[in-house]
Amino acid sequence: MATTEETPTRKIQVKRFKPEEYPEKHYLNQEKGLWAWLTTVDHKKIGLMYLMSVAFFFLVGGVLALLLRTELLTPARNFMTADVYNQVFTLHGAIMIFFFLIPSVPAALGNFVLPLQLGAKDVAFPRLNLASFYIYVIGALFTITAIFTGGIDTGWTFYTPYSSTTGGSVAMMTLGVFILGFSSILTGLNFIVTIHKLRSPGITWNKLPLNLWGLYATSLIQILATPVLAITLLLLTMERVLSIGIFDPALGGDPVLYQHFFWFYSHPAVYIMIVPGFGIVSEIISTFSKKVIFGYWAIALSSLAIAFIGFLVWGHHMFTAGQSSLANMVFSFLTFLVGIPTGIKIFNWLATMYKGSIDLKTPMVYILVFLFLFTIGGFTGIMLGALSVDVHLHDTYYVVAHFHYVMMGGMVMAFLGGLHYWWPKMFGKMYSEFWGKIAAGIIFVGFNMTFLPQFIMGSQGMPRRYYNYIDQFQAFHQFSTIGAYIMGVGFVIIAAYLLHSLLRGEKASSNPWGSRALEWQTSSPPDLHNFKHTPVIINGPYDYHKPMSEFQLGIATPHNGHGHHEEEGMDVAETEKEKA
Amino acid sequence: MNSLSDFMLPPAKSTLAGQTDALFNFINVTSLIFLIGITFAIIYFSWKYRRRSENDVTPVITHNNKLEITWSVIPLILVIIVFGWGFTGYMNKATPPNDSYEIRVVGKSWLWEFHYPNGYVSVGELHVPEDRPVKLVMSSTDVIHSFYIPDFRVKKDVLPNRYTSLWFEATDPGESVVFCTEYCGNAHSNMMATTIVHTQEDFQSWLETAGSADENLTPVELGEQLTTRNACTTCHSVDGSVLQGPSFQGLFGSEAPLESGETVSVDENYIRESILEPQAKIHEGFQPVMPSYAGTLDDNQINAIIEYIKTLD
Repeated sequence: MATTEETPTRKIQVKRFKPEEYPEKHYLNQEKGLWAWLTTVDHKKIGLMYLMSVAFFFLVGGVLALLLRTELLTPARNFMTADVYNQVFTLHGAIMIFFFLIPSVPAALGNFVLPLQLGAKDVAFPRLNLASFYIYVIGALFTITAIFTGGIDTGWTFYTPYSSTTGGSVAMMTLGVFILGFSSILTGLNFIVTIHKLRSPGITWNKLPLNLWGLYATSLIQILATPVLAITLLLLTMERVLSIGIFDPALGGDPVLYQHFFWFYSHPAVYIMIVPGFGIVSEIISTFSKKVIFGYWAIALSSLAIAFIGFLVWGHHMFTAGQSSLANMVFSFLTFLVGIPTGIKIFNWLATMYKGSIDLKTPMVYILVFLFLFTIGGFTGIMLGALSVDVHLHDTYYVVAHFHYVMMGGMVMAFLGGLHYWWPKMFGKMYSEFWGKIAAGIIFVGFNMTFLPQFIMGSQGMPRRYYNYIDQFQAFHQFSTIGAYIMGVGFVIIAAYLLHSLLRGEKASSNPWGSRALEWQTSSPPDLHNFKHTPVIINGPYDYHKPMSEFQLGIATPHNGHGHHEEEGMDVAETEKEKA
Repeated sequence: MNSLSDFMLPPAKSTLAGQTDALFNFINVTSLIFLIGITFAIIYFSWKYRRRSENDVTPVITHNNKLEITWSVIPLILVIIVFGWGFTGYMNKATPPNDSYEIRVVGKSWLWEFHYPNGYVSVGELHVPEDRPVKLVMSSTDVIHSFYIPDFRVKKDVLPNRYTSLWFEATDPGESVVFCTEYCGNAHSNMMATTIVHTQEDFQSWLETAGSADENLTPVELGEQLTTRNACTTCHSVDGSVLQGPSFQGLFGSEAPLESGETVSVDENYIRESILEPQAKIHEGFQPVMPSYAGTLDDNQINAIIEYIKTLD
């Protein structure tokens, strides 16, 4: 933030750099071959490799979900045994959370877009970035090994003492998640350093895109919370392998201690999943409303507030676990406090749309879907935070539905919005607007059909993780299953038109949405080093009342470290800029 | 609005249900009002402020302190109300009256056992009097379970290393389902029980005759009843189909292969040992998951079960 004290200022010459349209050479073709991809330190390519990986795991997790829903068409056995069912729901949860949700926005979209939004050539530690990707791959390999060497049936929460006594490859799986955690920590570290040190001239903290505030808050959680998960899983492995009593009462341990440790990570992890989604929503709403974001600081600081308070609410997963009434009271109260900054964001986004110039392109459609579904997710969270009601609803389908409204209705919709928003920048290709909106509509309908009945079932008492269920719930389960199939169709359509776009898509201009944000002021796809100049920022990223020319400035002096500079566009009124 | 909550919730059959349901209803209605408002704003803004040309100029509205304070403070007040209301209700659920009737509950994978003050033990059926506070003191012999009666709006985890408790006062005679809601393995979803609420007089007479009702049965009849009552049939079928444990059909007199590679002939002693010390000799192809029935079944009852299994050729 600006300080009033005198700081020495340096005058720099700037000029306008219009992005080159339809460039011949860009990051996708400047280096060729598989080896160049596998050893690249380019954040954009690493982002794309993450994107492919998370898409793969989303597919696997999604197919597992459809298998579960199919099994649940009938109250008793349909086509899989109880053991298989238990393994499938465990894998669905573990894969979706650890391999899709956590890396989806930060590691995939974040990696691609963060340096671009800063006007940097790359992240601060490009090699470390590549290392995080390979750590992710190794973690994934461990997990896949676990699946094929006995499987696991503990649920993604690995609750003790069940997880320390059941058969299967629990140790291998937890080791996989343990390794994965390091990928998350290193990415978070990289992002924090990059945001602090590699901002282009003029990007002060109050001109930082809200997407980066989101990623910044997320990174803080990642580096502070993930080590706790790591040590918890390590203790669990020690208990299983070496019979050291920590959590298993048969060995003198305490099973509830495990729950405290686990949720101390896994609740903040929920914010690792959703806070970067908030960042994407802010970008897209402003761009497609062509309007200054309402309450910049409220949105930025509420992300940090959520990150902070998010560390203090883990106990709300344990209201019925036998912790003291005092602990329950404190955790319930703090849980409601997290609701406030989240609500503030919703109102800020709505206020941004007010008197805007709203263009309902596919990314914006996903964000409107996000607003509706996430609001439901939030309100049902209030329901679950209320102590006496939670006693009734805990561990029922109500929780399942709430979680999916927040994670899928919130996070996945934000991810899809971001994917469609940045797709032209990533590949220089447009996708079919028509099919984009159709798919969004189908997913919206399918999603609500899947999860609305689960709220009702849960309120009526249907427990989660049930292979068999009593007959009265069958109609709800069947409705839910049909919804899941519809949703599946929506995702198949997305896969189809995105593939079509890659192969035959119309070429995208550098800034198809008319955004003021920095990542749109370079070519689509960008150069290997992002910008051919050092960008200079004089306006906020959402200042739609300022002319586009003011957003395309760069240092005019020849030796700016990039080698080449084009002599064009000296039509900038402002030719100097203060830099603290 | 009330009808939405009524549709969503199971019948309210305990004194604790009313308060929970009122709060459930309050949050539902308040949320619905907000949700309708927000949805209306999304749709209305999207239509009213739709893009008319690429050169649209939008006003610069960066913030509005009054508005922002309003939309922060109103939800804050609402959530504090919800918090207080929820906490009060929770304290009622957490504080059993002093004159409560106490029943011991033991959770085992995958059955519920109920020990009454007179020493009688029932499995899978919880008998309680109406209009009288009942306190359940619960523990588990293996992993974590969770005891849940939706109709009463009560739930509590059942832990292996300590006692937890819950209480309720049933208001209507009849039956209510009990679920296990903490995932506990293969037959988690079969770990159910039935709560049977009697009028106070019926409960007294049930309790007095509960132990002696079995005396008039032949051993085979008694054995058949005991295998369902003690949830043996959750895992052991009587028709040859394979569940979590070997089927009872054709079991007696057969040679059972063991996990250790040896075989054992299934006689009276093997069945008795398997009931009291299930982990001693594990049948090949099955997990060592059966809980011990030592202390639950007496000699007479074990004899009856053996006689019953003998009849299943």
